[in-house]
Amino acid sequence: MIELVLADRCIACDKCVQVCPSDVFDAVPDSAPVIARQSDCQTCFLCELYCPVDALFVDPDCRTPVDVDETAVRATDWPAQYRRDSGWGRARRTHPNESWRMSDIFAAARALGQETP
Amino acid sequence: MTADLELTADVLVVGGGLAATWTALAAAQAGGDVVLVDKGYCGTSGVTATAGVTHWFVPPDRHEQAVADRHAHAGGLADPEQALRVLRTTWDRLPTLDKYYPFPVRDGEPDRTSNVRGPEYLRAMRGLVHRAGVRILDHHPALELLLRPDGSAGGAAGVRRQAGGSWRVRAGAVVLATGGTAFRSHLLGSRGNTGDGHLMAVEAGARLSGMEFSNYYTLAPAFSTMARSMSYLFGTYTDADGRVLELPSGPARNRVLGAALLRGPVFTTLDRAPEWVRRKMPVVQPNFLLPFTRRGLDPYKDRFEVTLLGEGTIRGVGGLTVSAPDCATDVPGLFAAGDVAGRVPVVGAISGGGSPNSAWAVSSGTWAGRAAVRHARSATRAPVRPVGRAGIRPGGRPATVDTTAVVDVVREELNAYDKNMFRDEPGLRASLSTLDSLWTVVEGSLTGTGRDAVTARETASLVAMGRWIKTAALRRPETRGMHWRTDDPAWQEAVA
Repeated sequence: MIELVLADRCIACDKCVQVCPSDVFDAVPDSAPVIARQSDCQTCFLCELYCPVDALFVDPDCRTPVDVDETAVRATDWPAQYRRDSGWGRARRTHPNESWRMSDIFAAARALGQETP
Repeated sequence: MTADLELTADVLVVGGGLAATWTALAAAQAGGDVVLVDKGYCGTSGVTATAGVTHWFVPPDRHEQAVADRHAHAGGLADPEQALRVLRTTWDRLPTLDKYYPFPVRDGEPDRTSNVRGPEYLRAMRGLVHRAGVRILDHHPALELLLRPDGSAGGAAGVRRQAGGSWRVRAGAVVLATGGTAFRSHLLGSRGNTGDGHLMAVEAGARLSGMEFSNYYTLAPAFSTMARSMSYLFGTYTDADGRVLELPSGPARNRVLGAALLRGPVFTTLDRAPEWVRRKMPVVQPNFLLPFTRRGLDPYKDRFEVTLLGEGTIRGVGGLTVSAPDCATDVPGLFAAGDVAGRVPVVGAISGGGSPNSAWAVSSGTWAGRAAVRHARSATRAPVRPVGRAGIRPGGRPATVDTTAVVDVVREELNAYDKNMFRDEPGLRASLSTLDSLWTVVEGSLTGTGRDAVTARETASLVAMGRWIKTAALRRPETRGMHWRTDDPAWQEAVA
């Protein structure tokens, strides 16, 4: 579930408030949004994808909130991972969308006998 | 009573995912004045936005063969004509996306048979819908339909989840594109898929069909939502004692996995994934690795616990009965597109996952959108009345209902492998009895305002959907497609 809004990175664009399909954030005037309804989070990571400044962190546990070590998260590239690997924003040229390779990957699985055509 | 936001339109589309956007686009292109209301945000809503889809996109000269191949294993209930219509319409319509999604180019032509990444697809669809002149209302969950005195659909009403207050849209026709229902299984992207559209339609007089075909499951890491078919094909599966589980390919795979999960935890390591697949995975499926990285796991080397997440009627195929070729429900002026509609005619009794469901979203949205515009042109202006009941207007005295507890019971009854994957008459009767008791409470007492109104209605819808599924599953005492009746002698022979 959504665990962190890194206020010092946040530019208060409120994009996350707008795009969250479960409406978990509340906007705060001239400030970073707050996580108002964490238990409604569906752990889809789409807020991270849309955040232009890598200011959000979603923990993969979809059932219970966890104690997240903010310092540890800040030392990683996790808040940037989804947007970068998707080739959004600055990563447009470095990480092109190669989802078309899925048919080749399924073919590789078929070759292992794990998939019926 | 007036709402805080009152609008009129030719066509109201309820939903904001794949089918809803194809519907709104078709209706606007047919000249309709269209309003789209989404519970969440049109662009991230629905199960497509969080994953990716491949379309059943086949050149016309191969349509007959494609349908014959697919229906050979469909469990006998499919209608080849309806499947052919889906192929024809998808062939015509999917190229609309060419300019807005980077299909790989092969031999100078966009390859539209390739996988389309979800967030980019829905972002593109939102752009198309917006440019077509559709008014998009995000975070405007619909609660109930409005009917005219003659029983025809004349709009819908709901709450403005972020702006506050209520909304009401009067329309010449309404298209429900609210998705299937995954019973809060934690399936990626499915939290809002609670069956609201099904309940609204049934209250207005629509029928359901194929609801017993509602028990497909997809693998995910045990702690996570990250349901995937592809990568898990490269796993070596073991039980708690480290014994290797031999998994067959095809539908029997889930049967063996489900039985193993009932005995105890199941683990996997994706150690059979070729090196190039591992290297490319981040730019093929950028969200797949997120749960692993954040737990310090290397899924290709480390052993991790897995679960099967229920797909309900998402990859299951039951839903509102719609007539070909307009996707009209039994309620005049009310249409249904995408997973809220039954897909048995298209895919039979097996999963609609893979490519047919997305082709169905494209084609049913196109048909419903166009038919809704035609209907709206002949619709008469008449007063409308709201017809929502359970979760809105309780039959008895309103009282506090613990909606979290109710949803937890529904989640158990509609997801547990020994209750939903493997079915028998005593189990189904026990589940139905449990759900009937919940329904009595929900129908009699539950209501809410503001965001609580949405929770109340979602809770009521989940219970209603659960009861319909158990009822349908009881009425089919045979194993067919994904509906596995372990008390059917044919099942016992098949697994022996």
